Amino acid sequence: MGEAKKDYRNPAYYTNREMSWILFNHRVLSEARDKNIPLFERLKFLSITASNLDEFFMIRIASLKDMVNAGYTKKDIAGLTAEEQLKGLNIRIHELVDLQYSTYNRSLLPLLESHGLHVIKKHEQLSKADGEFIDSYFEDNVYPVLTPMAVDSSRPFPLIRNKSLNLGALVTKKEGGGELEFATVQVPSVLPRVVELPSVAERRKVILLEEIIERNIHKLFLNYDIICVHPFRIMRNADLTLEEEEAADLLKEIEKKIKKRQWGEAIRLEVEAGIDKRLLKFLQEELSIHKESIYTIDGPLDLTFLMKMYGLEGFEHLKALKHVPQPVPKLPAGADIFEAVRKGDILLHHPYQTFEPVVEFIRQAARDENVLAIKQTLYRVSGNSPIISALAQAAENGKQVSVLVELKARFDEENNIVWARKLEQAGCHVIYGLVGLKTHSKITLVVRREEDGIRRYVHLGTGNYNDATAKLYTDIGLLTCSEAIGEDATAVFNMLSGYSEPLHWNKLTLAPLWLKDKFIYLINRERRAAADGRDAHIIAKMNSLCDPDVIAALYEASAAGVKIELIVRGICCLKVGIPGISEHITVRSIVGNFLEHSRIFYFENGGAPEVYCSSADWMPRNLERRVEILFPVEQEELKAELLHILQSQLRDTVKAHLLNADGSYEKVDRRGKESYHSQEAFSEEAAKLAEESNEEEKVRVFIPERHHE
Amino acid sequence: MVRTFAAIDVGSYELAMKIFTFSGKNKMREVDHVRYRLDLGTETYSTGKLSCEKVEELCRILKEYGAIMQSYKVDAYKAYGTSAIREMENRDIVLEQIAQRTGIEIDVISNSEQRFLDYKSVALRGAEFDKILEKGTLFVDVGGGSIQLSLFDKGTLTTTQNLRLGVLRLAERLHHINARPSKLEKILSEFNDAQLSVYKKIYLKEKEIYNIILVDDYLSRWMEAVKENMGSAGYVTKEGYGSFMESLGGRSGAEIGAGLGISEENARLLFISAVLVECILKMTGAENIWIPGVTLCDGIAYEYAQEQKMVISEHDFEKDILDCALNISKRYMGSRKRAATLESLTMKIFDATKRLHGLGNRERLYLQLAAILHDCGKYISMVSLGECSYQIIMATEIIGLSHMEREMIANIVKFNHDEFLYFEELSRASSLDKQAYLTVAKLTAILRIANGLDRSHKQKFKDVKAVLKENELILTVDTGEDITLEKGLFEYRATFFEEVFNVKPVIRQKRSL
Repeated sequence: MGEAKKDYRNPAYYTNREMSWILFNHRVLSEARDKNIPLFERLKFLSITASNLDEFFMIRIASLKDMVNAGYTKKDIAGLTAEEQLKGLNIRIHELVDLQYSTYNRSLLPLLESHGLHVIKKHEQLSKADGEFIDSYFEDNVYPVLTPMAVDSSRPFPLIRNKSLNLGALVTKKEGGGELEFATVQVPSVLPRVVELPSVAERRKVILLEEIIERNIHKLFLNYDIICVHPFRIMRNADLTLEEEEAADLLKEIEKKIKKRQWGEAIRLEVEAGIDKRLLKFLQEELSIHKESIYTIDGPLDLTFLMKMYGLEGFEHLKALKHVPQPVPKLPAGADIFEAVRKGDILLHHPYQTFEPVVEFIRQAARDENVLAIKQTLYRVSGNSPIISALAQAAENGKQVSVLVELKARFDEENNIVWARKLEQAGCHVIYGLVGLKTHSKITLVVRREEDGIRRYVHLGTGNYNDATAKLYTDIGLLTCSEAIGEDATAVFNMLSGYSEPLHWNKLTLAPLWLKDKFIYLINRERRAAADGRDAHIIAKMNSLCDPDVIAALYEASAAGVKIELIVRGICCLKVGIPGISEHITVRSIVGNFLEHSRIFYFENGGAPEVYCSSADWMPRNLERRVEILFPVEQEELKAELLHILQSQLRDTVKAHLLNADGSYEKVDRRGKESYHSQEAFSEEAAKLAEESNEEEKVRVFIPERHHE
Repeated sequence: MVRTFAAIDVGSYELAMKIFTFSGKNKMREVDHVRYRLDLGTETYSTGKLSCEKVEELCRILKEYGAIMQSYKVDAYKAYGTSAIREMENRDIVLEQIAQRTGIEIDVISNSEQRFLDYKSVALRGAEFDKILEKGTLFVDVGGGSIQLSLFDKGTLTTTQNLRLGVLRLAERLHHINARPSKLEKILSEFNDAQLSVYKKIYLKEKEIYNIILVDDYLSRWMEAVKENMGSAGYVTKEGYGSFMESLGGRSGAEIGAGLGISEENARLLFISAVLVECILKMTGAENIWIPGVTLCDGIAYEYAQEQKMVISEHDFEKDILDCALNISKRYMGSRKRAATLESLTMKIFDATKRLHGLGNRERLYLQLAAILHDCGKYISMVSLGECSYQIIMATEIIGLSHMEREMIANIVKFNHDEFLYFEELSRASSLDKQAYLTVAKLTAILRIANGLDRSHKQKFKDVKAVLKENELILTVDTGEDITLEKGLFEYRATFFEEVFNVKPVIRQKRSL
């Protein structure tokens, strides 16, 4: 009444997605800084922040630089131009990197030292015996794979490979006029970065590969005197695909100005603190890189080596207990999966529960003589994937096997092509993705001929068909033979094969055509319920939230009084606590040992709750430029299970960070609350469930009648 | 035992395949529906031929369909080509090419066969269908090339007409007229109304139409999309339809598409279809539209299931055909009484001589239809009765009969009056094969003697008994009337029967009074 119409799209109500991402990486970093976590796990988290940051540069920073180069001035969701974003990010990233290295130098290194692992920072600190060991290691293993390169007037600046670690040196000819020349050698990625030295008593020692090369660099440039040697690393914006992330109009802009775009432009240069100024100047000029893109690093470059350090033998007491995914009670080892699914839908909660049934589902289908066809979408699969071999086996057994292999999956392309060819050779029908769209949905369809006709078994998931990541990522899977879903699954594969869309859908909703509308419809339905004074409640769990249409709908719903609880692991462009806009919205992020990856959506629906799972986040790329699937979970007990998962995460007091109105994240205030660690609780629950069903099994032994006197 | 069947519809603008399973009686289930947008119509309607590229594409998709069939291990398939294939000048050559390259043989069906299949697939809904028919109903089947209007009055099919107002054809016409989108509706309406008003004047007259049954590919989809808002599935009231038209009004194809979640191309065709239906709605003043959402593929499967005796039809399709014939006869002022006598005589003779002719129920129906239609030509000329009847039958659509069946009936009627033409001569101007020719001969022989028995048109032979005895067909008449005329002329009529069956028909009069 008289209230001015609210502008839910006011940029002031949104957070820039890159800034939000930086905050996410800070949350991961906070795990590395958490004293309650075993030391080696902390190494792992620090390594993750480093590889995250690399990816961020390659995709996001590169894209922003492209926008600047293309003269693209459109503002983002929070009203910032690309230039403004880069400016802000530059400060934040430098802060982040500083914190990474202070964590490494001040917390982790001393702790490693005190636990008997000595990291030799500089080769100059090597003892004589160790030095000799290192030199012979260099000659035997390292020297043969090195390619040293010198630069002078006749030899141009060499191509420094993206993301590679290199040593740069200034040298002078032994019989020359003392003129400085540049020389470089790449630290080979084929050799282990962490080299262990022979240990003395209980003390173990490691040194990094670049230090070994640095110590022996004079052996590479025999006719030169070495003036200085320092490691450096660059990141380029070459060979990236942006299609998916950015608006179509940007792509056009870039295309128009493609000639202006400096191919392979360096967008980050990392150098060791204390680098010789002349060397730095030389690099800066050759790479024509801006000063603010240079990162002076107080410690070893590229912290991803910490993941290798985690793998050092021993130190088990400094690592978390190895998690063993539990068997699914409804699907004990050796069970006939088809029979089990016919009894009712089965929900799988990975990694607490094993991924094995999904692999077994395809294996059994491959062997089953009544199975006619197997169809599957594959996005990222593991190296030696048992699913691939099962599919190949099925084709060899005469089943019709259709596989959609997404070649555009980021960074995985080469890997995917190899096994896609393997499948083709086995006789599978392989579709190499769709033009202009990434197929991100995770769906498997098995068509089986049974006594009373054709029955379809479907697996739908929130995570990739990757048995390796299924041990680390939290995901939901549903096995069902519901006729309605089966029909839809067939329609999905018909569409993926290039046929027309079905006349109608029963249960599934697909992006990019229908999914956003569906989500907005579901959110608006809650809004109307709230406006009518009925209970209205949304709980949504996802990886990222940055779609402006969805956020505006959430604001409107919140303003109408809908209670909205969001569990968003990564980027979140929504702001909480804006008066009149988002007062009823809470956002929490759970960063733990397992990567939160499942997408679960709960809608109160006026007392008849609906629960959905999806492969999609609430991001424009998922909703507009990918093939994604949203599926309802309708069996009451399974719905309850999903609600339990959501509620447990809302209860979490150990790994949850709450988003504040000022945009910062803060760990849950535990005062007065019991300590509740949702990921651990899920592990325990899965173990208990498995054990219970095991006991049930034990009771089911035959009891023979005995002869009584 | 579960049987799996594939139905392929090579349509004017879409290549569709449905996979069905049949388990036990009347258990038919659709398990897959694959559709591929392929515009064959535009080319064949304008040039009479298909370009090599189109044939190439058609073959590629048919091959894929073949693979899908194989993956379901189908027991049988049936592929039908409709108007786009039918209107192709060199269709036999192209179809042979396709068969050689894809292993899929496409049969061409006539318009009336195609419409009958659509009609069958709706009638398959059984009770729902019969309930609709209780009130005056117009069955509207919108195709790419033409539309079919079938009129039901008090539960019986009275007439069926084909109008060249198919969606693709209209789209093609509109293409030539350069009009703004906001003008399109008006132009379309004018165009449609011109043809529809003729239909109304001749066939609809003052009949009250309450329901429209709509079979089409575009509006049906929209119905599915808005199902939630429309009450019971598949039904729209006149008002509901009006507000839908309002929502479309003046919007471009792209806008409509975005609103309904369909492509711009489809949205344009949907719009044409929608205007067409609106015109029909206005013409009839119907209150309700029922969109059962079936396709030709359902009809094909249904036909197969009938052949395999896997479904029992609840609806009597033969009755529809007979109703239709009776209406044609009525339109041309045929004598109902005489037709009834002739019908009963022919049936008696047919049934008594099964051993001679070895024909089945379908052929019995031909004879029945020929009896009903035996004199329709006299409306035009009493002298050239045979030829005129032939022409009328050939030009009138009877839903449920194939083109060949219609030709057979037309010939039987013609030879009832005119001199019989033997195969060599007949086949010069006819598509009948030898088998059909023999059937025509046998049924003509029967119709001729029946006609001879009722020479005076006074129905003296109402209660004839036909008994086959060795080399004689004895027709015993229980009448006190004088049958000299019949007896005298019978000899001549009977010679052809004798020629065909080598059995002599003999009249015996019994006077029980």
